[in-house]
Amino acid sequence: MAMTAHAILDISNIEVVYNKTIQVLRGLSLKVEAGKVVALLGSNGAGKSTTLKAVSGLLALEDGDVTSGAITFDGAPSGALKPHDLVRRGLFHVMEGRRIFEDLTVEENLVAATYALTGRKASSGRASSSFDAVYEYFPRLHERRNGRAGYLSGGEQQMLAIGRALVAEPKLILLDEPSLGLSPKLVEEIFTIIARINRERGVSMLLVEQNAAVALAVSHYGYIMETGKIVLDGPTERLMADQDVREFYLGMAGEAGAKSYRDIKHYKRRKRWLS
Amino acid sequence: MDWLFFTEVTLAGLGSGALLSLTALSFVLIYKATRVINLAVGEILMLGGYLFFAFVTAFGLATWLAIPLAIAGGALFGFVVERTLIRPMLGESSISVLMLTVGLGSVLIGATELIWNTDPRALPDFMGQTPVFIGEAYVSRKIAIGFVVSALVIALFLLLFRFWRGGVALRATATDQAAAYSCGINVPAVFSLAWMVACATAAGAGLLVGAIGGISPTMGVFGLSALVVVIIGGLDSVLGALIGGILIGLVEAWAGTFLGGEYKLVTTFSILIAALMIRPYGLFGTVEIERL
Ligand SMILES: Nc1ncnc2c1ncn2[C@@H]1O[C@H](COP(=O)(O)OP(=O)(O)OP(=O)(O)O)[C@@H](O)[C@H]1O
Ligand SMILES: [Mg+2]
Repeated sequence: MAMTAHAILDISNIEVVYNKTIQVLRGLSLKVEAGKVVALLGSNGAGKSTTLKAVSGLLALEDGDVTSGAITFDGAPSGALKPHDLVRRGLFHVMEGRRIFEDLTVEENLVAATYALTGRKASSGRASSSFDAVYEYFPRLHERRNGRAGYLSGGEQQMLAIGRALVAEPKLILLDEPSLGLSPKLVEEIFTIIARINRERGVSMLLVEQNAAVALAVSHYGYIMETGKIVLDGPTERLMADQDVREFYLGMAGEAGAKSYRDIKHYKRRKRWLS
Repeated sequence: MDWLFFTEVTLAGLGSGALLSLTALSFVLIYKATRVINLAVGEILMLGGYLFFAFVTAFGLATWLAIPLAIAGGALFGFVVERTLIRPMLGESSISVLMLTVGLGSVLIGATELIWNTDPRALPDFMGQTPVFIGEAYVSRKIAIGFVVSALVIALFLLLFRFWRGGVALRATATDQAAAYSCGINVPAVFSLAWMVACATAAGAGLLVGAIGGISPTMGVFGLSALVVVIIGGLDSVLGALIGGILIGLVEAWAGTFLGGEYKLVTTFSILIAALMIRPYGLFGTVEIERL
């Protein structure tokens, strides 16, 4: 990535250890330029969610520590800040598995997210105008705003999880597997809105996905990680043209013809992204 | 049937019911924010009574000053307990935390007996003696005051939870701490606040209960009746605490007077069992979508 552009997020060579014993990230670096959508792809257990939790500070709740390296959000080191303070500075983490408040109504879920505006907006109360924006992106949430969030469908819960992020008016959204467990049609609907939010509101995003095709389609830049570090990165067009990515990530058939021994070894190494 | 007598019994029942509701509110506040059942509520109530007693008798403070100080003492106690005992237990099983609160209650009883011995004592009078008459029915002044204060405090909390977004923060924190953090909610502050307010409430209830019945190291058993109230009303419902408290207060007064004292507990626990069979999460409690 060009060094001149303003990076809203800069992760530099971090290592993360859980329970003081299990090392999960091993010198991971990545950048998100302001206004861009960046995809972070990788197989199960690669450490994608851990990367996001390291950034948002939620790692501490799971007894995880960033043991070396540095994370800079919006020009300032984020390491010493508590998760709620980071949110209030404009970094919103939409966690894996949606994590909506099931006992609360849909609208109360949005009200909870107004705490992110603490210290930023004079009126951070219930009548926040950002609710209208959420309901405009997700009309279905408006219909069900007084219903209990736990009774929403999976797709609607993902909409609510993103809706909470919108209420917080962030500069950067960390989105962890928004496609998880959703039908292809819903995935498309949600990713269309993710792209719109980026375009219309200028919110930068770091998008973690296993569904590489759909993630790269809305991203400007992509990183591929494997067991705790980045193994490949580049602008989306370049990644999509990459033979390995096409074959092992996007599930497209490789070029016809016999493969050399080198290719096969290569295959074995790269295959771990998929397993 | 003597209607005047019945009315008087009913009014007394309402009075003790309101005190039960107030004590139950202390359970509800802590459970709502932290999903901890604080079995030391009765002993914190006792602490409130003894603090007031000490401020007036040992330090010679005026009662109008000793009252807010005793309540503030409860809040301070809640703050310290949350910081030093509850927060380090985050993530431990709820049974461990429950047992911790049981232990805390025992420690409080032990400390009280060491400092003030086991004799029951009367609290210095701060309510006056003139009886209150509602129509022709006589109500003890202390019970009337206890009722009014409890009703006001509970009404205040009902309004707070209806109109103040802090109520949402409390429930969000209880549902999912990480998600609450991710929404910008200061989770540790919510924990602190819930414990402080709940313990202040219990200490305040201790003043009222102590004014009516005197204080003793065993007065914490009142917390047990309040626990019955929250189980019936719903552990996370302020309205449930109100209605459950009034219900139990009335039933105990009627059963104790017309059936005999030994029927008091029998009827209370019959109601408890019936309520649990109909609605295990309490009459007004939140239905859990997923049970642990
Ligand atoms: N709280 C934790 N304590 C200990 N180990 C953990 C913890 N969370 C994750 N891990 C381990 O860290 C590794 C990376 O997990 P992480 O959740 O970051 O992977 P991921 O790339 O998000 O995977 P997925 O695609 O399945 O969500 C895994 O091996 C996992 O077992
Ligand atoms: Mg993950």
